Amino acid sequence: MDFLGILSSSVSFILAPTTLAYALATLGLAVHFGFGGLLNMGMAGFMALGAYGYAIGVLTFGLPWYLAAFVGIGAAIVFALILGIPTLRLRGDYLAIVTIAAAEIVRLLLLSSAFGGVTGSADGLSGFNGPGGTITNPAEGAGGFDQSNPIPAGTYGFPPFLDNERIWYLRIVGAIILGLAIFIVWRLVNSPWGRVIKGIREDEDAVRSLGKNVFAYKMQALIIGGVLGALGGLMLAFSTNVNSSVYVTSLTFFLWTALLLGGAATVFGPLAGSIIFWVLQAFLGLLFPALAEVGLMPFSTIQASQIKFIIVGFALVLLVVFRPQGLFGNKKELTFVK
Amino acid sequence: MSSSTSSSSPVKSTGLHVGAIKPGVAKKDPILVADGVRRQFGGLVAVEVEHVEIPRNAITALIGPNGAGKTTFFNLLTGFDQPNDGKWSFNGKSLAGVSAFKVARLGLIRTFQLTKALGLLTVMDNMKLGSTEQRGEKLSASLFPFLWKKKDAEIEDKALEILRRFKLDEKKDDFAASLSGGQRKLLEMARALMTNPELVMLDEPMAGVNPALTESLLEHILNLKQEGMTVLFVEHDMHMVRHIADWVIVMAEGKVVAEGAPDEVMKNPAVIDAYLGSHQDIDLGTVTGRVTLPTLPKEK
Repeated sequence: MDFLGILSSSVSFILAPTTLAYALATLGLAVHFGFGGLLNMGMAGFMALGAYGYAIGVLTFGLPWYLAAFVGIGAAIVFALILGIPTLRLRGDYLAIVTIAAAEIVRLLLLSSAFGGVTGSADGLSGFNGPGGTITNPAEGAGGFDQSNPIPAGTYGFPPFLDNERIWYLRIVGAIILGLAIFIVWRLVNSPWGRVIKGIREDEDAVRSLGKNVFAYKMQALIIGGVLGALGGLMLAFSTNVNSSVYVTSLTFFLWTALLLGGAATVFGPLAGSIIFWVLQAFLGLLFPALAEVGLMPFSTIQASQIKFIIVGFALVLLVVFRPQGLFGNKKELTFVK
Repeated sequence: MSSSTSSSSPVKSTGLHVGAIKPGVAKKDPILVADGVRRQFGGLVAVEVEHVEIPRNAITALIGPNGAGKTTFFNLLTGFDQPNDGKWSFNGKSLAGVSAFKVARLGLIRTFQLTKALGLLTVMDNMKLGSTEQRGEKLSASLFPFLWKKKDAEIEDKALEILRRFKLDEKKDDFAASLSGGQRKLLEMARALMTNPELVMLDEPMAGVNPALTESLLEHILNLKQEGMTVLFVEHDMHMVRHIADWVIVMAEGKVVAEGAPDEVMKNPAVIDAYLGSHQDIDLGTVTGRVTLPTLPKEK
């Protein structure tokens, strides 16, 4: 059993572009739930729109990659508006039900063969990060995301972060987007706007009775969190192909786990929670099959790789019961959790 | 103002009405006028107020048995619920169809029967939320602290002054959830004052508050009047109503059944029948068991 190898590839997840992507989406959930009290169970839908918006923007509309990125963000804003207008007037739990259904609608529409020409149906989309070699792309050869990479070809870093220029570019872009997002969210939640949104989380009628337009604030929070989710999807699309099988409900639940792990009402919790969650996921996902292989576990290797989900689920239960404020949440808040 | 107001009998405003006293009597200077306000929940008519006027710069009590529609009427007046029918105006401006937050911005602030302190916000943040002048609450301005930092300091000073009056200033950095029930009532009232209201509507401000705190709450309510505000409150404590109310409106089964100065209204047979019970002046111990009486009062 190559334990060092397992450890090294797990640790590499700390700086993986996908971890940064999930951290962005988790930060969006923090805005929704941790600060705004909006129970969004459809973050995967926002991510899907970010990813597909970008890919379709390049492949179908022939936009340059940076403009196509805004298509993804715009799609998430429209999605937030469509979701919010009918549901934000209702009690919080209804939003959870509606968002989980809406995210599934988005995924199934993307999967449907009716729009296969645009969405690629079950095959998903690929090649949108390249120079634009597809037939439908009028901006052929103009250069996509990959061509915007200023880093010369080669391998950089040290193990376990020994990677080629493309991975490093993804990391840098992801870190810049995430850094900016964290800064903006930090500013927002520590401003009078953040005070109102936290007040709404506690009791929206009380805030309404003080003359605040609760609906508008909730809508703003839904859009901001949704855009962060779309940026997460965008990061995923920068790094790999898009496929509707990624943006399933369990992705949303992974994001929730990472959020609760780090602390829902914190700014850095989503980043820390995401790193811990995905490093741990990778580690257990590699460790258990390896253990099964050498006969230390009474399962087949395929069964063993699924055990991590049982462990993760159990850890989530323990976390919510014994440390509901998360690893980085305010200890004082724990005393008063309802 | 001074603490002497509570020990001596407060100065009552008199001569608030025009013409003979009857339910829906016209007031000299009404701040709030409601006409034909009706709210129906299925087959149940919860509120059916033909006409009522609330006198300006006075303390008006709204009393009535449980289920009389007092809180529903509050909800209707403040935009938290919409009536099936009727019109009502505040300072001459119609409020029909105006949403709750806009009503609040006009200067009509309410508190809730079940106190709504914002638990996981500090006492100071609760207070600051009350301010209506903070432009940093706009999303676009919130990202630029230099646009709102100065105003926030001003708001904090004002909040501290009000908190000091309510003896909550030492709790300013604590979570509101750590306050006792009575302190939360105080906080809710203090927060309402941050909005500079014209009309304060208090829904059972004394429920569950100990006698000493009740006294200080009474003082605060009397102060509101002295500062030129109008107060409308729902209360079951008749001593308190007698003590501070300038005018009493009695509701029963959704309708206004009587109005008048506190002492007179409590002698009104309709009010005694519907609400007070016929033994309101007899000690509770006498009526509950030891002495057999033909009918027992429902409420004291």
